[in-house]
Amino acid sequence: MTQTAEATGRYVRDFDALREQRDEEPPWLRDLRREGFDYFQRMGWPIDEKRDEMWKYTDARPIARTEFRYPLEPGTSLSEGDVSALLPFDEGMSRLVFVDGYYAPEISRILDADNSSVLRLEEAVREEESLVHGHLGRYSAAGHDASVGLNTAFFRDGVFIRADGALVAPVHVVYITSDHVDPVVTYPRTLVVAGKKAEVTLIETFLSLGLRNHFTDSATEIALGEGAKVTHYRALLENTESYTIGHVRPCLGPGSTYKSVIYEAGSGLMRLDLELLIEGEGAFADLKGLYVTTGTQHLDNLVSIDHAKPYGKSRLYYKGILDDESRAVFGGTVYVQPGADKTDAYQEDKNLLLSDRAEADSKPSLEIYADDVKCGHGATAGAVADEAIFYLRSRGIDEQTASRLLIKGFASEILDEIEIEPLRVFLEERTASALPRFSGGRELAA
Amino acid sequence: MASTNNKRPILDRPILDIRNLHVSVGDNEILRGMDLSVSLGEVHAIMGPNGSGKSTFTNVVAGRPGYTITKGEIIYEGESILGMFPDERARKGIFLALQYPVELPGIRNREFLRTALEALREARGETKLAIREFNKFLEERAKAMDFEPDLMKRNVNEGFSGGEKKRNEILQMSVLDPKLALLDETDSGLDIDALKVVSRGVNEFRGPDKAIVLVTHYQRILNYIKPDFVHVLIEGRIVRSGGSDLAQELEAQGYEWLREPPEAEAESVGAGAQSP
Repeated sequence: MTQTAEATGRYVRDFDALREQRDEEPPWLRDLRREGFDYFQRMGWPIDEKRDEMWKYTDARPIARTEFRYPLEPGTSLSEGDVSALLPFDEGMSRLVFVDGYYAPEISRILDADNSSVLRLEEAVREEESLVHGHLGRYSAAGHDASVGLNTAFFRDGVFIRADGALVAPVHVVYITSDHVDPVVTYPRTLVVAGKKAEVTLIETFLSLGLRNHFTDSATEIALGEGAKVTHYRALLENTESYTIGHVRPCLGPGSTYKSVIYEAGSGLMRLDLELLIEGEGAFADLKGLYVTTGTQHLDNLVSIDHAKPYGKSRLYYKGILDDESRAVFGGTVYVQPGADKTDAYQEDKNLLLSDRAEADSKPSLEIYADDVKCGHGATAGAVADEAIFYLRSRGIDEQTASRLLIKGFASEILDEIEIEPLRVFLEERTASALPRFSGGRELAA
Repeated sequence: MASTNNKRPILDRPILDIRNLHVSVGDNEILRGMDLSVSLGEVHAIMGPNGSGKSTFTNVVAGRPGYTITKGEIIYEGESILGMFPDERARKGIFLALQYPVELPGIRNREFLRTALEALREARGETKLAIREFNKFLEERAKAMDFEPDLMKRNVNEGFSGGEKKRNEILQMSVLDPKLALLDETDSGLDIDALKVVSRGVNEFRGPDKAIVLVTHYQRILNYIKPDFVHVLIEGRIVRSGGSDLAQELEAQGYEWLREPPEAEAESVGAGAQSP
């Protein structure tokens, strides 16, 4: 491997430098980090000859070739007012904010419940060691994916949620990268262990304060016990110069329900792997997604749903709104393993192209090795919106208003799934402001 | 409520005047010198076989992009509308009931109609309707069209049956109250009951301050909507005009007898090629 093509030297130096700090950590965690780093070093980024089918449409070279700095302290401190202004939807929720990977207690608050704990991951490693040990890296295995390996090697902190009943309030986790002259990298890590019949609502927000390049390599592991219910909202709002690789790994126990709404309006180059495992009978996964892209943004969502047990049901509905020269890739695979009979799976991806230079690639696929299953998929790789715009205009509605109506309507099929009203309103506004070209026109009738 | 605001005297000149209209899609010339004059108070039926240019004609008048007008004029209320956007034309009183109404995911029928009506009322210098007034008005109109109230809350045309989509078009016409309504094969795909409802809507709309051009392949709808004039469009030109009895003649004899003899057709193709 040549150091000119890939800037891995920096990671090696940083990993060695951090070793001393990590003497406090339990041996199993140090081993896990080592394993992750070794895997990353062995595999490297999926570029050039290593670029496989999974990375067919996304070029990771900009990430591989940039030397990202590991921040040794938070670049800024924020006030309560700053956070409320940036993310005005989390009143009454627990909120944990991390700036450049460092916990910011002055703008965080944790609402306690009797039968659960919401902790920083660093604390959890001490206070709930056996539980963390049992779950961390079990779903996002360090030796499974280079970027998960890198995250495991480097994550500083993050969030740990253990619930054995219903959480008193949703937990909002905010991963902020502040403005740096030289590009920095952060490694957000979230671990949720929802026990039997537990109910958890998790919101993860990823945000940049500046307009300059940085890199976020995140991993989120979610374990659902029998009959547990987890609702997961994930808002990617980083600047369009940034690079983002994310992993979300929900693992569903018997009769559990995992619902997610993935919202992506940020990042210049993003890849999110959502790998979901149906590990117990009769589990239900309901995955919704909305991506909104402009300029030269490139967002790649790879979703794989692994039905390992019978009577599972999964629904996936992703939608994209693409403008300018932006590009969105959707790859969805449903695996139905031998024995996972009576599986019911459907996935669909629809795109709205607002520009004829925008491009959507949609690749849903099914791999079925079980009997008596109901599976299907659909994709609209991107009909340009002309027909609908003409229809609206032929009724007297001007072009700007027609476009806005269309965008709002298209997005609403996903955003209306958000049960937290202020969050839904925030993301509706965010969607409108992400498409400034369509900001004019008439007030929309309610 | 529908047309009480229109106090304008009926003008002698036609509301729509099509003069020697030539229209191409890509390299394909579809309309090859079409002439048509429509006045307020009149219902015109344009009949013709598939591919004769019927839909092209309605789309071009409504301003749908994708067509090139190589020659001729479209005069509406005395002015050329060729450079106008579809919404400007709609605000001047032109309405097109689409042959294939478009589904609009996430936009509710009620919201769509209210936004459109507000744009039109503003253009007509009328005041904004309060939401309650609008709802009441919409309810009346929907009832007249046998339109299930539930469909107003649904997304525009999404999951609608063929008949519901067409009824929705006529409902929109009745709510938006244009002066010139172009109905592009509104009868196609309708069963007899739906056809009756749609026809009733059109007949209710009909009046001295309205003009209707309905384009159809079949004579059937003309049993319910009696036209003042029937025109036969073949290969992009009106080859015959007459009263409603012409429709019956077409039903009995088809279109073949109206086609130009082969040598004349060859000549007309040659003439078409010369035009810019």
